[in-house]
Amino acid sequence: MPSNEWLTITVGAVLVNNIVLSRIMGICPFLGVSKKIKTALGMGGAVIFVMGIASLVTSCLYHGLLSVKLNFTIGSLKVENLDLSFTRILVFIVVIAALVQMVEILLQKFSPILYGALGIYLPLITTNCAVLGAAQLNAESNRGILPSTVYGLCSGLGFALALILFASLRERLELSRIPKAFQGTSIALITAGILALAFMGFSGLVK
Amino acid sequence: MTILLAALALALLGLILGGLIGFTAKKFAVETDPRIEEITNLLPGANCGGCGYAGCADYARAIVEDGVSPANCAAATEENFQKIMAAAGQEAAKRERKVAVVYCSGDNHHAVHVALYNGLNDCRAAAALSGGGKGCRFGCIGLGSCARNCPFGAIEIRDGLAIVHSELCKGCGKCTEVCPRKLIHLVPADSKVHVFCNSLDKGPEKRKICTAGCLACRKCVKAYPELFNAQGFLVRARDGANITAEQVAEVKCPTGALQTVESHANLGKGKEGAA
Repeated sequence: MPSNEWLTITVGAVLVNNIVLSRIMGICPFLGVSKKIKTALGMGGAVIFVMGIASLVTSCLYHGLLSVKLNFTIGSLKVENLDLSFTRILVFIVVIAALVQMVEILLQKFSPILYGALGIYLPLITTNCAVLGAAQLNAESNRGILPSTVYGLCSGLGFALALILFASLRERLELSRIPKAFQGTSIALITAGILALAFMGFSGLVK
Repeated sequence: MTILLAALALALLGLILGGLIGFTAKKFAVETDPRIEEITNLLPGANCGGCGYAGCADYARAIVEDGVSPANCAAATEENFQKIMAAAGQEAAKRERKVAVVYCSGDNHHAVHVALYNGLNDCRAAAALSGGGKGCRFGCIGLGSCARNCPFGAIEIRDGLAIVHSELCKGCGKCTEVCPRKLIHLVPADSKVHVFCNSLDKGPEKRKICTAGCLACRKCVKAYPELFNAQGFLVRARDGANITAEQVAEVKCPTGALQTVESHANLGKGKEGAA
């Protein structure tokens, strides 16, 4: 793959087509865990981690099973040209959820430090639509396994970037005198909108 | 036919993944001491950090695994405290209940405003900038950093002054950390009378900027030298002095800085909103 395509994937995923601010996926954790920068950092780390491995596993699955015509025989039943690509969302969500559960258990056993940093955020994103969205976008644009993983990691990075920016804005908002009608979630949503507008400035950076 | 096979494939997938999760959960299970969970449930769960650990669960782990005394938790009720002691298998110990007091009476009706503060709604920011709107360099700024930092909602900003509701206060000390003027102190809960002023200015200087400051007239010290102690231009109740409300009434503090915790908690009642 030429190097400028890698650039398209990375810069595109982090800035131009930011998964939260441009594709509007994963709004729930974006609003839910953005009150403090500290939790935003933990959540961002967890999302990068999960999106990376989820993209790797789902793209392996996609290229191995879902995008090819299957031919096999069970006993006397002979199946030819079976195309299961329409089950892809179902398969992805089940696989991602199970994967994150297993990774959580393994982390707790083998890396208590990493578990302490990410542990409480992992169950929150097992069935997050941003994670599923990254896998789905990989399948849609028929990326190879390595580009898929890179795309997943960069989407996670974009999510973390948006989350941390938003959390720092909200920490600042906490100390401002906000008119009563705008206090709480409403000013947060307005801020998110303005942040998304600001990210539109990146459009056209890569084709 | 395709639909049937797809359903079959998904069922198979679910079975395999379920089996895998079950296998990993059994194989790589981390054994934790059940007492940790028990003690975590008995602790207040506010995660205030007053004990010096990262939240109640971490403190429970330290109590069980490192044998740390549960007495560092100021917030647990006496009943739960005894239960934690029993669960951890530690000797009974006594705790002294402490509450926070705000050494300032300068609400908006007593303190003179010298500036219109319009900046960040945070005492630390105001202290770094100009010291807020009030004239006093030592008193409560009244923007409520302590109230926002209180995990138990025990501090109220009333008429521009932080008021501690001592029945809600657990004595964790989170408010003392954020106050830029350092005028919130933890005192034993049974000492009910204090001089609610923190200013080290000379008496006449204080008088110009606040009508509730301690003028260091020493009326109280002369009446009860064993109970009060003049420190420069500020009088403090002596440590452990058991001062009654009658003695306060008898001394007749000219500015009212010497008062009971109850009367301080009633400051500014009915005057809210006026600035």
